Amino acid sequence: MICGRLTPANLSTRYLIDNRLILIPISAMIQFRHVSKRFPDGYMALNNIDLNIEAGEMVFITGHSGAGKSTLLKLIAAIERPTSGSITINGQNIAQIKPAALPFLRRKIGFVFQDHKLLFDRTVFENVMLPLQINGFDQNTAASRIRAALDKVGLLGKENVLPITLSGGEQQRLCIARAVVHRPAILIADEPTGNLDSAYARDIMAMFFSFHQVGVTVLIATHDTGLLEDNKHRVIVLRQGKLTA
Amino acid sequence: MIRAWLHQHWHALILTIKRLLSAPVTNLLSILVMGIAISLPVGVLTLMENLHTISGQISISPQISLFLKQHATQDDIDHIRTKLEENKLVARYQFVSKDQALYQLQLDNGLSEAVHNLVHNPLPDAFVVDIQDVSADVIDQLRADMQTWSAIEHAQFDSAWAKRLEALMNFSRMLVFVLLTLLSIAIVAVMFNTIRLQILTRQTEIEVSKLIGATDAFIRRPFLYFGALQGFAGGITAWLIITFVLQILNDELQAIAGLYAMDLQLHTTGYGDTLSLLLFTTWLGWLGARASVASHLWQIEPR
Repeated sequence: MICGRLTPANLSTRYLIDNRLILIPISAMIQFRHVSKRFPDGYMALNNIDLNIEAGEMVFITGHSGAGKSTLLKLIAAIERPTSGSITINGQNIAQIKPAALPFLRRKIGFVFQDHKLLFDRTVFENVMLPLQINGFDQNTAASRIRAALDKVGLLGKENVLPITLSGGEQQRLCIARAVVHRPAILIADEPTGNLDSAYARDIMAMFFSFHQVGVTVLIATHDTGLLEDNKHRVIVLRQGKLTA
Repeated sequence: MIRAWLHQHWHALILTIKRLLSAPVTNLLSILVMGIAISLPVGVLTLMENLHTISGQISISPQISLFLKQHATQDDIDHIRTKLEENKLVARYQFVSKDQALYQLQLDNGLSEAVHNLVHNPLPDAFVVDIQDVSADVIDQLRADMQTWSAIEHAQFDSAWAKRLEALMNFSRMLVFVLLTLLSIAIVAVMFNTIRLQILTRQTEIEVSKLIGATDAFIRRPFLYFGALQGFAGGITAWLIITFVLQILNDELQAIAGLYAMDLQLHTTGYGDTLSLLLFTTWLGWLGARASVASHLWQIEPR
C-alpha cells in the first residue's frame, strides 16, 4: 500500500510502501541540456553547457570574471533566457516559461545578489519581510520567521535600523536572510563574499553550509578560490563560457 | 488562499498610507488640486439642482391668466365662466376678484404700506386657467382666441418664462457635463503622471520584488491603492469645498430672501450624490494609476 509522499522533494522523494520506507531518486533538481547564451551584442556568455545538480546538493561555480558564472545563475532564476538548449528545474522546463508562471518559479529560489539589491528606504525587518509579503504570510507568522532568519545571520539586534547604517558584511548577511526567510528549495548566491575580509567570508560560508545541511540545494558562484580549500563539495569550473571540470 | 490574498491587500493598503504620509505636503497639494477641479462642475451642478427645486415650486404646467377690463361687470364674469366651462382644453380655472388680489398683494410681498396708501384698487378681476397639457402652439392659439373675448383686457400665457428657464437649465447642465468630462480627463492625466514619477523612484523596489517572485498584480496593487485613495481624498475635499461655499452663499441668500419675505435655502449634495461623487473620484484616481502602471511597469525588467 502506498501511503504517499512524506517529505517535500528536497532530497529524494520518500514513499511509505507496505510500511517500508522506499527512497525513489527523482531526476536532478536543476538540469541544463546544451544550454548556450549569446547576448544581443554577440558576446557568447555560455557555450553548450550540460549540467545536473541533484536536490540537496551543494555546488560551487568558479572561474575568472566574465567566464559566465553570473549568467548561469541568472538562467536558473529565469532572469535571463537561454539562446538555445533547455533548462529544467524540478521537472519544469523554464526556457519557455510563461511570464505568468515566472513569479512562482522564483518563489522556490532564494537569490543572494552580487549587488545586494537591498531597499534603503525600509528597515532591516521590512527588507526581510518582502518575500513573506509576496507569499502572502500573515503578520504574526511573518514576524516570527523574520526574527528566526535575522537570528541565523546574527542581525537580530538591528531589526529597526536602515540598511545604509550596516557594514558591508552585515548588508551581505541581510541579503542572505531575505533570500532564505521564505524557506526556498534552492539557494543561489552570486559572489557572496565579494569584498569581505577572510574572517567575514568564512562566517558567511558557514551559513551556507548550515542551509545545505537542512536539505537546501545551494549554488555559490565565486572567484575566491581560497574559500574552496578543504572543501568536500562539487566544484564546477567555467572557462570562456564552457565547463572544464 | 483567500487569507493570503487578504493579507497581501492589507499590506498594500498599509504601504500606500505610509507613502501618502511620507510626503504629506506634495500629496495634500495634489489632493487639493483634485478637489478644486472636481468641486467646480459638481458645485455648479448642485447649485442648479437647488435652482431646479426652487423653480419647481412654481408651476410650469401651462397656465393662462385672463385679466378683465377695469369696468367688467358681473355679467361679463359669468359669461366668461360659461365659456371656460364649455372649453375642452381647460383643465380647471380659478376666479380671483380684484379685492382678493389686493388682499393677496398685501399678504405676499410685504407691500402692505404701499397698498394701504392706495386711493382705489388698481387691480383687475382675473381668471387663472390651467390648460390641458397640449403643445405650445395650441395654447398660443387658445390665448389669442381668449384675447378676443369681450371684457378681456389681456390674456397671458404664463408658462413661457418657465419653459425658457427649463431650456436654459438644460443648456447649462450640458455645459457642466462638458466641464466635468474635461476636468475628469485632467485628473486622470495628473494621476497618470504622479504614478509615473512614483514608479521611476521605486525602480529598485519593483525590480527586487520581481526577482523575489512578486506577481504583476502584487507590484501594481500599491500604486492602484495610491490612485484610488488620492481620488477618494480629492472627492472629500471637493465635497468640503462645495459645502463650505454653499454655506457662505446661503448666508448672503438669506439676506436677499429676507428682503422679499421668501424662504430660500441652498442645500449641499444629498447622501446619494455625495456617495456618487466619492465613488467617481476614487474611480478616476484608480483609472489614472491603472493606465500609468500599464504603460510603465513592463519597462522595468530585472537584468
